[in-house]
Amino acid sequence: MAGISSPRPCGDYRTSYKSDMTIFPSRNSLYAAIGGLFLLLAFPMIGNDYHLSLLIQIGYYSIAAIGLNILVGFTGQISLGHGAFFGFGAIFSAYLNNATGIPVFFTIPLAGFATAAVGLIFGIPAARIKGLYLAIATLASQFILEDFYARANWFSGGSSGSLAEIVNFLGIELDTDQKYFYLVLFWLVVSLIAAANLIRTRDGRALVAVRDHYLSAEIMGINLTKYRILSFGISSAFAGIGGALYGHYLGFVSVEGFTLGLSISFLAMIIIGGLGSVMGSVLGAIFITLLPEFTEIMADIVLPESIADGKAYVKEMSVGAAIVLFLIFEPEGLAHRWKLIKAYWKLYPFSY
Amino acid sequence: MNWDLLFQLLINGVIVGLLYGVVAMCFVLIYKSTQVVNFAQGEFLLLGAWVCLYFLVEYELPFWIGFLLTMGFMAVFGIVVQMLILRPLIGEPIISIIMVTIGFSSFMQSLMSWIFGNSAVSYPKIFEVEVVNIGGLNVETAYLMSIAMSVAIMIIFFLFFRYSRFGLAMRATAYNQQIAQSLGISIKHVFMMAWAISAVVSAVAGIIIGMVSAVSTALSFIGIKVFPAVIVGGMDSIVGGVVGGVIIGVLENLAEFVDGQYLHIGNMYQIAPFYILIVILMIKPYGLFGTPDIERV
Repeated sequence: MAGISSPRPCGDYRTSYKSDMTIFPSRNSLYAAIGGLFLLLAFPMIGNDYHLSLLIQIGYYSIAAIGLNILVGFTGQISLGHGAFFGFGAIFSAYLNNATGIPVFFTIPLAGFATAAVGLIFGIPAARIKGLYLAIATLASQFILEDFYARANWFSGGSSGSLAEIVNFLGIELDTDQKYFYLVLFWLVVSLIAAANLIRTRDGRALVAVRDHYLSAEIMGINLTKYRILSFGISSAFAGIGGALYGHYLGFVSVEGFTLGLSISFLAMIIIGGLGSVMGSVLGAIFITLLPEFTEIMADIVLPESIADGKAYVKEMSVGAAIVLFLIFEPEGLAHRWKLIKAYWKLYPFSY
Repeated sequence: MNWDLLFQLLINGVIVGLLYGVVAMCFVLIYKSTQVVNFAQGEFLLLGAWVCLYFLVEYELPFWIGFLLTMGFMAVFGIVVQMLILRPLIGEPIISIIMVTIGFSSFMQSLMSWIFGNSAVSYPKIFEVEVVNIGGLNVETAYLMSIAMSVAIMIIFFLFFRYSRFGLAMRATAYNQQIAQSLGISIKHVFMMAWAISAVVSAVAGIIIGMVSAVSTALSFIGIKVFPAVIVGGMDSIVGGVVGGVIIGVLENLAEFVDGQYLHIGNMYQIAPFYILIVILMIKPYGLFGTPDIERV
């Protein structure tokens, strides 16, 4: 696994573990985070609808990508079934709301819990196998879950799909993108804080220890089985919340959306963003969401008229190509690149 | 109990299973000699089928010439893929290697649907006689040819690894890369050859399937179906790949039969192999013929 390699430059005067484990390394980065949050809060008033919908997409994909990064980046277990867990959250939230009338605002976290339970069940193979074999087992769970959604009419509405109600929060209908954006932003911030703090806890360090060397971790008294399965649960909880937000945003949940392809794009997000980096998951989600838009613009300029009908294919190809190119040229992802840029400016002109 | 149907399905299972076996063999060949898990095996198969079809329809070449041209194309393609995509990643962690083949496979999938379209296309007729009668059973010629080709490929594989210099070099590399290198075997060439052979043989399987049914994007799903087969047989055993392929082929048809007759759940044909996969992983992760991964500290 690509570790959390922080190119820690000279001029790093931290002397205690406490100062080493802060979320914000300096006061300026805290201000930057708060400033960024305020900018985002103001965005619905200034941005146009199209950009807003892109931001919402980035939001729920980021939440799921953070979850996957906990599983892959922190615990070192590859999952090819994250798309199916994302789908479970979406379908479960819609189902719970339709069947019991619990307000959608509460079904979203409930979907997180339910998906965590499903993740724990499908994580059981992790107790016995790891690495490549585990990846193949998660591939199987992707197909098994997908098949279940397609046939469980009572649950998912089968092939015709089911309706997901609009979120109603204290009498306010979140029926426009502007209002929905705040809900997604809220959950994104919650997820970011939860994930960033998870790594600082005892359990989070146990996960990282399992990734770095499972035998050493076991010798140090870490219960391998527990943490391997637990990390599936945690990661699925994020996927479930992300999925529920996705479902209620579209207003309609269809089984066809949660294929292996979706799982692959989640993996693409965390690889492009950076394995083992919470911020990287968000960067990756931004990259993967904007890539088709960017390709579209480029295709309009570059492609001649005669093959312009292939634009949809070029968009799909660009995701695959991005994965391959990143793995070859920047395997540590965007988060690493960002650290290098920061280090460059910090140390300019004497970069030792 | 519908014996005729059961019998028919079992035969189907063996035919399909042999083809899975061929693809699984290619998969194992790459895994064993280069330690790469190739998620793009199905795309190799599909590409071979499309390219051969293109030669036959577009240039109206006789089948054998088109077939040989396709083989040449696929050999070059396999080598290029290995050189450009897999070689830079030698020594990287397993997730990078898995992801690079997944990325490549999704790239190829869209590229192929762009170039060749999304609809199913059948091969031009190659055999004069459509159905032959063997012992009271009507068997399509294409199926017979499919069995014959699969078995022939397996025999060639066996002879190649047993008696040829290259086969010996490849076995040595699979056994221990460093020792093989110090004995003067070019690891680079072995890697290239493994990918070339794998691409060529997958393409043959693709062409066979194309002739039996039709060529369509769905064929690349065989690249996924190959995972249950190699897990049952053992990831690093070529014999295991063949056996696993046949087992999965038969079992999925059996599941279809049981489902159609008694359970009526539907879609068992597609999904049963994955249940088998999970069960095998839980009870015998290294499969029937695989070598257990023993770690010493």
